[in-house]
Order: sequence, then C-alpha cells, then structure tokens
Amino acid sequence: MRAILLGLTEDADLPLVKVRLARLTAQSGNFKPMPQLKKSFHIKGRDFIRAGEASINVQNLLKSMDFDPRLIRRVAICGYESEMNVVMHGGDGTLSIEVDNDKLILEITDDGPGIEDIELAMQAGYSTANDDHREMGFGAGMGLPNMKKNSDQIQVESPPNDGTVVRMIFFIPDKGKSD
Amino acid sequence: MKLSEIVDALDATLLTGEDKLDKIITRCGASDLMSDVLAAVSEDCILLTGLTTVQVIRTAMVAGVGAVVIVRKKKPPQEVIDMAKDQGIPLISSPYSMFVSCGRLHACNLIGLDGRR
Repeated sequence: MRAILLGLTEDADLPLVKVRLARLTAQSGNFKPMPQLKKSFHIKGRDFIRAGEASINVQNLLKSMDFDPRLIRRVAICGYESEMNVVMHGGDGTLSIEVDNDKLILEITDDGPGIEDIELAMQAGYSTANDDHREMGFGAGMGLPNMKKNSDQIQVESPPNDGTVVRMIFFIPDKGKSD
Repeated sequence: MKLSEIVDALDATLLTGEDKLDKIITRCGASDLMSDVLAAVSEDCILLTGLTTVQVIRTAMVAGVGAVVIVRKKKPPQEVIDMAKDQGIPLISSPYSMFVSCGRLHACNLIGLDGRR
C-alpha cells in the first residue's frame, strides 16, 4: 500500500500526546470530553452541478456547532478541494467529519482509480485534469497543496485500483468552542 | 469602499444583493482559477472572474468572499443568480474586460488579496 503522511513535526505531535493524556484523565473520571460526533455525506462522481454540496453541508454543521470561523474556513476549503478531486477523478465517494475531543477529522474516500504518484500530486501545479475541469476553474494542480496548507495533518492512501482515502486533522484552538 | 461605489466604478449591473450595497470592501482578487481564490486570504474581498458556473458561488461560500463580479458583460445562468441570492452573496456583472475592470478598481484604491497595491 502506498501511503504518505505529511506535515508531522515534533511540535505537531504534542497535541496527540495531549489527546492521550485527556483520554487517560477521562478514564479516571476527572475529565468531561467534548460531545463526539461523526457525520458522512455522499459525493457523486462527475456531477459538476452538485460538486461542493457535501463541503457546504460540513461548513453549515460546524457553524451550527459554533466553532471558530477561521477553523471552519480551513476545513471547508480542504473539503471542497478534496470533493472536487473526487468529482473530477475519483468516481463516487464519501466525505465525513468527526469531532473528537480536541480535533476535527475530515476524511474523503472514493472508489476511483487512485493516485499514481502521491508525492508528485502533492506538488503545486501538477495536474491530471482535462479542459472540462479547467473551464470550471479547477484542475490547476493546487488541490492537494491547498489541503496540506490548510490542515494540521494530512494522510493520503491510494493503493492501486482500490480508491483513495484522504484524511486530514485540524486541532481545535483553545477558544474554538464557545460553550 | 462601499459595494455601491464598486458598482458605479464599473458601470456594472447588480444581479443580486441589493441589501448589501453598503458593505465595505477593501481587497480585490481576480482569477478564473478557484483554487487560487481558496488558497488566498479572500474573506470579505471582491472576486472578479470570467467564470459563470455554480462553482464560483460555492467557492465564494467556502472562502467567505464578500461579492462576485462577472466580467465581460457575461450573464450567468439563472440558477447561479438564484444560488448567490439564497446565500446572500452579491453578484455583479461588469461590461468591461477583466483588465479594464481591475484597472478601474485599482484606481479606486482597492488592494490585492495579499495586501499589496
């Protein structure tokens, strides 16, 4: 399986340690975890009229939960870029958002042909899009670079002929939740 | 500057967004590449584009764009106007080319998405 994990630094690992600590504390009964939630939205391949609806649904869901607007914007941008990739290249797919303690997890899966060279696809400007995609304003090779820029962690898995999974993590800022 | 002043500077037609004419806009971006808009700091900016698809409005929703100007006197399909109206995103049609539209707004002291003039 080809997989790539990007954007992980020693600093970025620290919040993960915090999560583990929070879970340990939760087990000991002194920690009240944030309500957890997971919702999934269908993405229809090659439906360019509806492309983006799943990401707007996620954006509206996070708005209704009163998250920090800058965090919502980053999640929505990553979702939208990823959704366009699925619609253009991937066939049908699913976009899911998970609220888990101190982070949001955005996962996009599709049943398309997969990404032949993930590292190449992560480079700004590299594109396998066609003219139809470009006429809509996409396919300039900025999708995955934009997702990397706007997420705290990104993981792309694309085994040959077995679809693609893009998983992005966004750490919730301390004041990201107003309750 | 106010959105109403932008409409005047472009001799433009307001397709939807009458209630937002007092909105203050300071930054302006011009692109037919939606990923470029998504990659930039485009909140509350005005976006000039030659595209007339629903993806322009979805990009504006996701990126938080304040208003969209369609250049070259193009009129977008009704469903695009309806979507902009539903989402409260002002939609403007400029009779000028992308170059002349940008020049007119630059002359009105609007700055770019990166804050440069």
